[in-house]
Amino acid sequence: MSALGSIIRRDVRIALRVGGGALIGVLFFLTVVVLMPFAVGPDLKLLARIGPAVLWLGALLASLLTLDRLFMADAEDGSLDLIVMSRTPLELACAAKALAHWLAAGLPLIVATPVLGLLLNLDGTASLAVMLTLLAGTPALTFTGMIGAALAVTLHRGGLLMAVLVLPLSIPVLIFGVAASQAAISGPVPFGTPFSILCALSLASMVIGPFAAAASLRHGQD
Amino acid sequence: MRLSGRGLKCVRGGREVFAGLDFEAASGEAVAVVGHNGAGKTSLLRLVAGLLTLAGGSIELSGGEDDLPVAEQAHYLGHRDALKPSLSVAENLSFWRDFLGGEATDPAISLEAVGLSHTAHLPAAYLSAGQRRRLSIARLLAVRRPIWLLDEPTSALDAAGQQMFAGLMTDHLDRDGLIIAATHTPLGIAARELQIGGGA
Repeated sequence: MSALGSIIRRDVRIALRVGGGALIGVLFFLTVVVLMPFAVGPDLKLLARIGPAVLWLGALLASLLTLDRLFMADAEDGSLDLIVMSRTPLELACAAKALAHWLAAGLPLIVATPVLGLLLNLDGTASLAVMLTLLAGTPALTFTGMIGAALAVTLHRGGLLMAVLVLPLSIPVLIFGVAASQAAISGPVPFGTPFSILCALSLASMVIGPFAAAASLRHGQD
Repeated sequence: MRLSGRGLKCVRGGREVFAGLDFEAASGEAVAVVGHNGAGKTSLLRLVAGLLTLAGGSIELSGGEDDLPVAEQAHYLGHRDALKPSLSVAENLSFWRDFLGGEATDPAISLEAVGLSHTAHLPAAYLSAGQRRRLSIARLLAVRRPIWLLDEPTSALDAAGQQMFAGLMTDHLDRDGLIIAATHTPLGIAARELQIGGGA
């Protein structure tokens, strides 16, 4: 257990230091959402209607932005070799790395959401609903994205390929994330229905992601 | 403890690097793998470490602890230092000590042994190539592993550093350790030579 704790602590620490990825994601999120009202125009009703979708899209792209470095950085400096060789099962190490990435890059997005919600004319309930769906849904983005990140290690310079591989997998999360937010704001579907599916997607990806990523890393060793 | 390989075959990128390679090493023994550039010295170490898949032959370990695979009883010191530039020297070392697990030494003692105590709080980004190498060597001391797989361990080390490292290797062998090192320069300790790829 201490091995997993140490890898989470290390990754979060690196992400928060200068040159780490934690702030980049939030800045990107901020940029996308701030630009949206300028592009759409000052139609407050329209903004409130598309608000949850904009926030979800921003969060999705922001979390993908730093994800391709999840294993690449370790592969480049040789750390990955030692992680593969260690006594910690690779699946657990992968899960710990994804969790660390979510803590450092996903959680700040959720914290920033109510502030950005103001720019999109979302009221308190609506912001809260988006926050809640992001909290339930972003782990799914990280854990499925991790599979792409592991494949990108095998294929050098696979950053763009990762986006192509991962985005289709994140479409269900996006659909149910936005659907759950809309359900909470305007109905008519009860909030629980899409939200449970969103939680299920997260839980399933938390199980599948580490195994797929570990298999890809093992296979890619060359 | 006894580590041996029989009829090892290595294929990388569709090209056969070597085939029919035998080696053997026992506790307290060092093997220096020599051969020209591209002969497959690094490939051999990575095969033993389980980082490459064997195309043929087998690697066996007898008398190790708890039936752990070779990889989990070995330290691998590769070309790349496995250091994070934004973490301090002490943080880098403590991470590997905690993550690798097993019988551990105080990081401060390991740093002292490689002569890096004065840089403990410096980010690893500011270390010189030789100091980075010393920090990687400190990792070998921070957690005990009976097998050391060393790839050009003395590259970037100054004369004093090479002497220091020879001392550390001798200590490791005295504690029934086992060393397989790929090298071009003399290791500074008594080692059996294993020639790969014909005469260089």
